[in-house]
Amino acid sequence: MGSISLKQVSKVFGDTTVIPGLDLQIEEGEFVVFVGPSGCGKSTLLRLIAGLEDVSGGVVEINGQDATRIAPAKRGLAMVFQSYALYPHMSVRKNIGFPLKMAKMDKAEIDKKVEGAASVLNLTDYLDRRPGQLSGGQRQRVAIGRAIVRDPAAFLFDEPLSNLDAALRVNMRLEISELHQQLKTTMIYVTHDQVEAMTMADKIVVLQAGRIEQVGSPLDLYHKPRNRFVAGFIGSPKMNFIEGAEAAKHDAAVTGVRPEHLSLSKTEGTWQGTVGVAEHLGSDTFLHLTVDGIGGMTARTSGEFDVHHGDRVYLTPRADRIYRFAADGNAIA
Amino acid sequence: MARATSTQRRWVVTIVAWSVGLLIFFPIFWTILTSFKTEAEAIASPPSLFAFEWTLENYGEVQERSNYFRHFMNSVVISLGSTLLGLIIAVPAAWAMAFSPTPRTKDVLMWMLSTKMLPPVGVLIPIYLMFRDTGLLDTRTGLVIVLTLINLPIIVWMLYTYFKEIPGEILEASRMDGASLRDEIIHVLTPMAVPGIASTLLLNVILSWNEAFWTLNLTAAKAAPLTAFIASYSSPEGLFYAKLSAASTMAIAPILIMGWFSQKQLVRGLTFGAVK
Repeated sequence: MGSISLKQVSKVFGDTTVIPGLDLQIEEGEFVVFVGPSGCGKSTLLRLIAGLEDVSGGVVEINGQDATRIAPAKRGLAMVFQSYALYPHMSVRKNIGFPLKMAKMDKAEIDKKVEGAASVLNLTDYLDRRPGQLSGGQRQRVAIGRAIVRDPAAFLFDEPLSNLDAALRVNMRLEISELHQQLKTTMIYVTHDQVEAMTMADKIVVLQAGRIEQVGSPLDLYHKPRNRFVAGFIGSPKMNFIEGAEAAKHDAAVTGVRPEHLSLSKTEGTWQGTVGVAEHLGSDTFLHLTVDGIGGMTARTSGEFDVHHGDRVYLTPRADRIYRFAADGNAIA
Repeated sequence: MARATSTQRRWVVTIVAWSVGLLIFFPIFWTILTSFKTEAEAIASPPSLFAFEWTLENYGEVQERSNYFRHFMNSVVISLGSTLLGLIIAVPAAWAMAFSPTPRTKDVLMWMLSTKMLPPVGVLIPIYLMFRDTGLLDTRTGLVIVLTLINLPIIVWMLYTYFKEIPGEILEASRMDGASLRDEIIHVLTPMAVPGIASTLLLNVILSWNEAFWTLNLTAAKAAPLTAFIASYSSPEGLFYAKLSAASTMAIAPILIMGWFSQKQLVRGLTFGAVK
């Protein structure tokens, strides 16, 4: 059990409308990622689902039942916060067991469940420590442990990895994905990092200024962005946008080409440009170029491509991979 | 050069600090010293610092003339009672103001504090009449109520400051974990705010212990705390400095000892949030 649906949900803080009213259906067992630039309302949306904020209008349904006016504790959801929000005065054992204690569960039962969760999360050796004595990654795992012991209808993650260093972030990302495979519980995950969104999600919800720009699987969004915003937001490095005469050739106000859809050559091609910065990663080469008559562009090619600052290179866009956008930003089919 | 200046500076600071400290402590020291003198030596001019005949006579006489223990118990009941009652009221109030503030919260806090700016004597007569009519005059209950009300603004302010330091996400986490409002305050907020609550408690016990205006005006014999016990020695027969000093020493000793043992907690509490 764990389907959530939002019907015309809106949120207003004073004079500011954060979410003007949106509809969204989240199916049971799905891993849904809310992604968007900071201030787009994704955390607010999560807090509305959690019940930590009251909706200004609309209905939140959990498992088909109206939960709009139900207190957060009674919604059967568990949340992992960006700051971990562990109880500093309690041991790891008590932190993880706290929701069960609140549910008036039997002490022996609590111990059993806590130990179960701890072994899943490799926390068994740390059960008697306080959060202050743990590393960032361990704290994050305690926060997740506190969420899983409750068998919630859905997990809500609010940018849970943003306080971790890059290497740990990749590890935790995998751990959370594995956890989802194991538990098959609905998960809603908020992030501003599109790589996290692409790698973890079954379904991505791209938000901007409180509006849903597009909902779809990661590859849907990558291949068929509905508008220029989604096209620019999904994919790394960002899509190159070309305006003016070059775009007009394709009957569009703006055209877009992803860096990986530009083939590079030292001898021939459609466009010619000068290399500004060349990033040689071994597996890939990223070139930041100034293309004659167009401007700044980024190109990506796999493997090593031996050019340096100031070199001239040719670029050719893949004809079937040119995205076209109208003047209002919407994609032209 | 730089080092020489900094050493010099340290010396100056040390001397100034000691001077201020001694200046503040001197009256207490003099009171204690006087309590061991005879009445004649107590008013002798010039006064002698240590070269006098030490005597415990004053303590004996004070003990004989009035019941120290009864006053002491009154002080304990009144100061602890008003502090605990104050905390019970102030914890939820400060919680509400710290974690679900409204645009008016700051004004409410200022208004509460502004009641401390009113000279107490301004409300003495109405309170006295109310106490007389409700039979609260000269009762411990009456004093507990009035001291709670007098100190409540300070308790709320102090707790509000401590609670503001607690990240809201932790309380939200407890709400998500199924904690009711009561659970949230008892299991999460209060334990995290223990240092702050403890120093609020200590400070308030001290303030209530030392409160003289209301205790002197609203009590006679039964509920009179140690402040009234001291005052009874500056009475019609004229001033008996040595006995007055002995009584004062006995009155301040418990709170002085308590303050001494808890000074670390007090300082930490009072400077909480100043540095982070």
